[in-house]
Amino acid sequence: MTTSGGALVKAAPWNDPNARPYVQVDRITKSFGEFKAVDDVSLKIYKGEIFCLLGASGCGKTTLLRMLGGFETPSSGKIFIDGEDMTGVPPYERPVNMMFQSYALFPHMNVEQNVAFGLKQDGVAKSEIQDRVATMLGLVKLGDFAKRKPHQLSGGQRQRVALARSLVKRPKLLLLDEPLGALDKKLREHTQFELISLQDKLGVTFVVVTHDQEEAMTLASRIGVMNQGEIVQAGTPSEIYEFPSSKFVADFVGSVNMFEGKLIEDEPEYVRIGSDELGATIYVSHGISAPPEATVWAAVRPEKIFMSTAAPEGTDNVVRGAVQDIAYLGDLSIYLVKLPTGKVVRVTQPNTSRHAEAITWDQQVYLSWDATSPVVVTR
Amino acid sequence: MNTAGYMRRFGVTGRGLVVVLPYLWLLLFFVVPFVIVLKISFSDIDLAIPPYKPLLEWVGKNSLAIKLDFNNYAFLFTDRLYINAFLNSIKVAFISTVLCILIGYPMAYGIARAKPATRNLLLLLVILPFWTSLLLRVYAWIGLLKANGVINNVLIWLGVIQDPLTMLYTPFAMYIGIVYSYLPFFILPLYANLEKMDWQLLEAAEDLGCKPWQAFYKITLPLSRNGMLAGSMLVFIPAVGEFVIPALLGGPNALMIGRVLWDEFFSNRAWPVASAVAILLLILLVPFMMWYQSVQARESAGAR
Repeated sequence: MTTSGGALVKAAPWNDPNARPYVQVDRITKSFGEFKAVDDVSLKIYKGEIFCLLGASGCGKTTLLRMLGGFETPSSGKIFIDGEDMTGVPPYERPVNMMFQSYALFPHMNVEQNVAFGLKQDGVAKSEIQDRVATMLGLVKLGDFAKRKPHQLSGGQRQRVALARSLVKRPKLLLLDEPLGALDKKLREHTQFELISLQDKLGVTFVVVTHDQEEAMTLASRIGVMNQGEIVQAGTPSEIYEFPSSKFVADFVGSVNMFEGKLIEDEPEYVRIGSDELGATIYVSHGISAPPEATVWAAVRPEKIFMSTAAPEGTDNVVRGAVQDIAYLGDLSIYLVKLPTGKVVRVTQPNTSRHAEAITWDQQVYLSWDATSPVVVTR
Repeated sequence: MNTAGYMRRFGVTGRGLVVVLPYLWLLLFFVVPFVIVLKISFSDIDLAIPPYKPLLEWVGKNSLAIKLDFNNYAFLFTDRLYINAFLNSIKVAFISTVLCILIGYPMAYGIARAKPATRNLLLLLVILPFWTSLLLRVYAWIGLLKANGVINNVLIWLGVIQDPLTMLYTPFAMYIGIVYSYLPFFILPLYANLEKMDWQLLEAAEDLGCKPWQAFYKITLPLSRNGMLAGSMLVFIPAVGEFVIPALLGGPNALMIGRVLWDEFFSNRAWPVASAVAILLLILLVPFMMWYQSVQARESAGAR
């Protein structure tokens, strides 16, 4: 299995049952009237992680983050940080800092004063404040902008001031609410890697809220996918992508072709699924745990489907269809292939050659995939 | 060429007309009266109608004499009455402004932080008194404050006091009247300022270690400074020249410049002295008005 893309947590402490979690969320529920924004969530986050809470807007990820910061009180459940119960502790007494989505920079203070604010508040000695602010501004490459007011800065610079301000107090835990949401795409990509290297340098544990799965995949050591107030799956980016535990996760993270079917052969080493939607049988080279005759879904990622003009061997995992649409993206192309059953399958192919033999509109093609490629989910 | 073309040729444009109108207004209703008052303030008093001598006089056949009498101004500095009245007016206006800040800030803050639906209702309640005449509202206070008025009767009925308190015709009643009347002028500009406030800044301050009151002191207060200054000026400037409220509620001892002005004008028929008082009052208030203007300019520049 590949390692995660984001934070460099060398050993995977989440696989070690004896490892002590740094942040422990214990059966937290937050209700607003009848509505449960966060519903019985438990989480263990380990030291040095970048843990991403990923979900659509309204899934409860921001509420969970705000409870970690102390801005919302949980309706029930407890939060521990570094072994200490934080449940009733107000934000100003938590060893936690937050980077707000709007950055919330103080408009009447310059960059230096903004960054120094928290240290001053703690009564840190003046010379030490100066040193730490200067170091931090150097780290986010804003040394030349110390005397500027926030409204004199660009969006990217403001984002870095907010980051510096929240990191300068050396919190045990840094909460980031959509940290890159306000930046344009190019700057966002660049900043993602800067954020990772900064986190690695300082060793602070990050909890990031984002709705952008690409951002989560790049940053995270682990991702918690949230839906309707619950964490539906938590794992490394590759686990989430390659082994989604439900239709929702498979569909939410990346794009996927979902084929509904029934188990027709259920052996410990393999299963065979008959799918009317696909018009063929799907052969999967591992067993699954599902009752016989159960309705299951086989999820196949677009990049794991081979497309050819010549018929491949075998009858399992092979279908024929006509190319309905092509989107050329430069590095890869997306093909939408319509099967005789009416189902449209999404296939991506890397453009490895500049003069590939072109598959064009309305052409008849064969689609096939390896027996290891489909993920079978039961819900 | 059409009519519009001809008009443009002679410098008459739509934009020009729009600009000219307010200037005309100012000229008619501010500059002209001001010049008349200024003129009277330099005239000699006379037992005539109007009760002052003309400024310009033909002496001989071909010479026009201008006679400027500075005595009216000099007089204001020789008689302690006027200086005391000025000082007292400034004191009353200052105390009233402080009281308005103390009462109005929490109100403006409360309105700004209320839910949008409640907010409109609360704002309406602040503006509501304007629907009645100021004079009526001040008279209503007489009914509340007098010896056998509502407040005294209730207190006696409750057994809190035996004899009625003397409230009417005291400085206390005057401050109540002024603060009551001018409070909306303080609340509204401050509310307009607070309403633009990004409350997430307070969360950020708390996140960085501020207790809620520290966050208020370090973030909200400095950021609402301009709104507070604007509101204070809107209370202070008219309160200095206030006449009706001290006359009705303050009793005979409330020596304020507006009162002195009235007495000079109507009781003594000393129009030149009264005009001099008015001009001096204006000069006194100009710096505050300029300050107010600069605060307003800063505020609207900051909004952009």
